[in-house]
Amino acid sequence: MMNVLATALKQKKWTIDYPKGEPVLPERFRGLPVLDPAKCNSNCHACIEACPTGALKEGLIIDLGRCLFCNQCVRACPDGAISFSREFRMAAGTREALIYKNNSPKLSASLDKESKRLFSRSLKLRQVSAGGCGACEADTNVLGTIVYDLGRFGVQFVASPRHADGLLITGPVSQNMQLALEKTYKALPAPKLVIATGACSISGGPYIDHPEVLNGADPILPVDLYIPGCPPHPLTILHGILSLLGRL
Amino acid sequence: MNLTSFRQLRNCQTIPVDDAPLVMPTAFRNAVITSVNEGARICALFGVPEDNIVPQVFSQTMIRLFAILAHDTKGILSVISTNVHDSYPALTPDCPQAHWFEREIFEQWGIKPEGHPWLKPIRFHKNYNKNEDQNRSGDTVIGVTDYFRLEGSEIHEVAVGPVHAGIIEPGHFRFECHGENVYHLEISLGYQHRGIEQALIGGPAKRTLPYMETLAGDTTIGHATAYANLMETLTGTPIPPRASAIRGIAMELERLANHTGDLGALASDVGFLPTASYCGRIRGDFLNMTALICGSRFGRGLIMPGGVAFNLDDHLGNQLKDRLKNGLHDLTGAVNLLWDTPSVLARFENTGIISAKAVVDLGLVGPAARACDIVRDVRYDFPFGIFRFSQIPVSTWNTGDVFARAYVRWLEIQRSIAFIQRQLEIWPEGNIVAEIKKPAANSMAISMVEGWRGEICHVALTDNLGHFRHYKIMDPSFHNWFGLAMAMRNQQISDFPICNKSFNLSYCGHDL
Repeated sequence: MMNVLATALKQKKWTIDYPKGEPVLPERFRGLPVLDPAKCNSNCHACIEACPTGALKEGLIIDLGRCLFCNQCVRACPDGAISFSREFRMAAGTREALIYKNNSPKLSASLDKESKRLFSRSLKLRQVSAGGCGACEADTNVLGTIVYDLGRFGVQFVASPRHADGLLITGPVSQNMQLALEKTYKALPAPKLVIATGACSISGGPYIDHPEVLNGADPILPVDLYIPGCPPHPLTILHGILSLLGRL
Repeated sequence: MNLTSFRQLRNCQTIPVDDAPLVMPTAFRNAVITSVNEGARICALFGVPEDNIVPQVFSQTMIRLFAILAHDTKGILSVISTNVHDSYPALTPDCPQAHWFEREIFEQWGIKPEGHPWLKPIRFHKNYNKNEDQNRSGDTVIGVTDYFRLEGSEIHEVAVGPVHAGIIEPGHFRFECHGENVYHLEISLGYQHRGIEQALIGGPAKRTLPYMETLAGDTTIGHATAYANLMETLTGTPIPPRASAIRGIAMELERLANHTGDLGALASDVGFLPTASYCGRIRGDFLNMTALICGSRFGRGLIMPGGVAFNLDDHLGNQLKDRLKNGLHDLTGAVNLLWDTPSVLARFENTGIISAKAVVDLGLVGPAARACDIVRDVRYDFPFGIFRFSQIPVSTWNTGDVFARAYVRWLEIQRSIAFIQRQLEIWPEGNIVAEIKKPAANSMAISMVEGWRGEICHVALTDNLGHFRHYKIMDPSFHNWFGLAMAMRNQQISDFPICNKSFNLSYCGHDL
């Protein structure tokens, strides 16, 4: 017992200031891309050829829903037209908003007034991994640790869909998980939200167009929030949820 | 030891496919069983279609079965193969290690191992044979199969999953119980199947590396390193020592993060919240150390064939040293609480015991095997990369219970931190990437690394252009899922969560 108390004194407070303060991300963190069309030689296509998921499009456009943040395009570009910033705020309310250009508007998502009234102070989520690799799951789970302390925002992951207001989906939605995912969604009482977390659940990610997957949650469920990344940083997920609820 | 009919090779070595001995199915069976009885272990046992070599004169595709055995104490691997058509005599009745592999062969190719006692799907996907009406592997509706049933009064069955109560991957578990007592746990997976092995054929391509990094996302460094090592042997590319050191550091950081998370999760499952909450935070610190090197908490984008994509300069190295020191300090306080708290030990000790014999019979790997006093660690038995120069002592314990699996993790954490600290002292200078050439044609390469869950084994066969004709991935979970079933025998069903956490196996690494 004394040990437990002594150890508790030695372990300090770790909960981050965010959203009040700005969090510190690693120097090499790859967040929102920075695209510089002035530097781009549009005939070269090296980035488009290097991209493993077809996220880059003609005219220096990047689909954040497909992007794995793998850095292959940065390495391929001879002119330095692409780089990644440390901006972690990348979630969007529509799939179209993730088609990112040089001067795209700031990404965000927000519920309608009535949904905000219902959910903004208390949101219970059910997580379903449908072909997820465990990384999005791990960095979602991390939100429950003392560092992020998700509970202070009234957001909580629950064990039963009957207790939940929304689904947080990870993975490209494997054929073998389709039925279980649909049943889980049906078991949620309405009104309900759907959050697609990670490139897989938005577009299929590295598994785009595999016959074994459905290319994410979109084909079978109405998605309210898209959180890009492979996997998204816990802060990207937290920012996405809080902006959806109008808490920022 | 009878190795006459085998071709011997080392870890990370390439041989011409034609060098793999091709024998009759009965000789194959006898050779593998004899060798396993003499102490060898099955690393991989899989089928490869022979249709690009033998013209399709038969009504069905011919499948060549390869067996890759590990001789742990000798540090060598051996390979043997046979051609089969419809069926062949199953190895499983005389060699339990083969049971999961043979179910996979049946499911993938429709080749029936005659006499296999447990022949049912493991991933529930369509047969790989191009001929649609040849789908002989039985049912491909996920979760619908012939489950074991215990009959009798007061017998009941508990079915859990695929969707579980926490933030965790999906899988289906069936407990056959008498009261609180579990007689058998049947584990039925496949929900995470994404078709990775089939998609790798024809590569290496631009998606190959993302597949390796996400086939089991918590083992990004482990699988990416296994793939990179394999590509380097296939192409004959030696990598710079500095790249080797960075890979070793990243691999041990991955082990640190996951082992710390597991100790926290075990504490949480016995309701001991101090360690649970401290370890949850410290795990994140280790992930952030990987992000310090490459920007990604899981090591995405760090490993590439030929070396590593990010250098670790003195400035970052010093930061890493400081963070490791603080991490070890905080973690020591948090973890020692477990060993000092009788209510925790009472739950850990004598729970979920597996015997050393079961480990040997089933071919379990990783901390689960080492917790039964079995010295089995790729870093020691088949050293690769930096581990050829800097050895990490093998951590074992001898009780085979949840406590042992937890304690082995704690021993490994301390040794991994010491290893990284040592690497940061004896830092080799130089480049971090070497140019990679074309893979050798008509070759077979084997690469094994010790991921944090245990042995990762990748095997590639190339065609006459040097493209992947077949790529086999063995995640340690493939060997160990049945170990969890064994650990649950004669346990209370309420002990399942801690038994499960003490193994912490990958669903997606198994399902691929």
